[in-house]
Amino acid sequence: MYGNDFAGDDTPGGGLLGEVEAAEADLREAAARKRQEPAGEPGTDLSAYFTGVIEADQKIEPRDWMPEAYRRTLIRQIAQHAHSEIIGMQPEGNWISRAPSLKRKAILLAKVQDEAGHGLYLYAAAETLGITRDELVDLLLAGRQKYSSIFNYPTLTWADVGAIGWLVDGAAIVNQVPLCRCSYGPYARAMIRVCKEESFHQRQGYEILHTLSHGTPAQRAMAQDAIDRWWYPSLAMFGPPDSDSTHSEQSMAWKIKRFSNDELRQRFVDMCVQQAELLGVRIPDPDLRWNAERQAYDYTQPDYDELMRVIKGNGPCNRQRMAHRRQAHADGAWVREAATAYAAKRAEKKETVVA
Amino acid sequence: MSDPDQPRADSPSPLWEVFVRARRGLSHTHVGSLHAPDAELALRNARDLYTRRQEGVSLWVVPAAAITASSPDEKDAFFDPAADKVYRHPTFYEVPDGVAHL
Repeated sequence: MYGNDFAGDDTPGGGLLGEVEAAEADLREAAARKRQEPAGEPGTDLSAYFTGVIEADQKIEPRDWMPEAYRRTLIRQIAQHAHSEIIGMQPEGNWISRAPSLKRKAILLAKVQDEAGHGLYLYAAAETLGITRDELVDLLLAGRQKYSSIFNYPTLTWADVGAIGWLVDGAAIVNQVPLCRCSYGPYARAMIRVCKEESFHQRQGYEILHTLSHGTPAQRAMAQDAIDRWWYPSLAMFGPPDSDSTHSEQSMAWKIKRFSNDELRQRFVDMCVQQAELLGVRIPDPDLRWNAERQAYDYTQPDYDELMRVIKGNGPCNRQRMAHRRQAHADGAWVREAATAYAAKRAEKKETVVA
Repeated sequence: MSDPDQPRADSPSPLWEVFVRARRGLSHTHVGSLHAPDAELALRNARDLYTRRQEGVSLWVVPAAAITASSPDEKDAFFDPAADKVYRHPTFYEVPDGVAHL
């Protein structure tokens, strides 16, 4: 089961980490498998070779030939993912100085640092496709590449930090675990790293909510309020419904994407219901009920018009997030310049000594 | 890993490939890449980025531009000489029944 890994089940091989480890094992196994070589001289039919690698569930590596559209799709997706990690530091960073204890503060700091790390793993993966870091940063700052719309919602209370960990990171994990099997090697490897670290994030969020929901009436209300506000935006994280999704089919054929938006959304809902019961909180959906026929929960779809509005730049915090990112980048300019000047000075000194 | 065929030595913050030795007794393994203006900062960045959870006891950073790679893609005739020499593997040889320590 995806992500449903903290109800006392800590055995390796179970839950999310089991899924990630299975993906890692399959990666090694597929690499060892013999592949059907295309007919003719090796290296002549690049397209057939590419298709053969994908069909054998092996990985495409940076210096392999790949269709231009495959490259572009991956750059767009990995960059968007990297930008999301970077912008995603803001809503949580908002609470670092106000975390209710030193322990919570240290944990939140580590988590926000992890988000930066995830962004950097992903930028490095994107760069293997022939785009530079500077270009990627510029595309984000110019608003020409997107980040996940979820980070355009504000974190109003401490419980929001818990809700982000449980719901937002939970949804991200459901989305990301299948990406550990993506056909592009550097992306798959980065995702294995990211997913292993994310499981701590989701647990810390759940623990925050668990503490609040077993606290005073005011704390319980705060936890419920956060879940009420984050539930539908979290469902919207899986993207538009399959009927409206523009990138899905080709990405599935290329094994970049493994499951459709609606499949992943359903998986997330099914996973959350029991977790919410254990928390003692209510999922804000009066129509949420078990459907024995489908062996899944029926649920209310998120407001996709709202999702489109937020994607287009009109969510509650879009402008604030971008302004903050631009400011942080500009504020860091002198550090980058100083480090470069120092490196140049040292290189020069070395040369003089050698001469 | 970036494409070593496209060195970006002109960038003020060039690309470095990072290798981590997970434990004593294991060899260094490539884990990813990062940007840094010089080797010293590359090491520090690598520590912060790739060993936040005690993933290693030793780090190497190598300028991506300094790597020479075998071929523009991972599968050309360069490796063919090894393809027809099964006798290099111990499994090629028939061992009579009953021979010990072989």
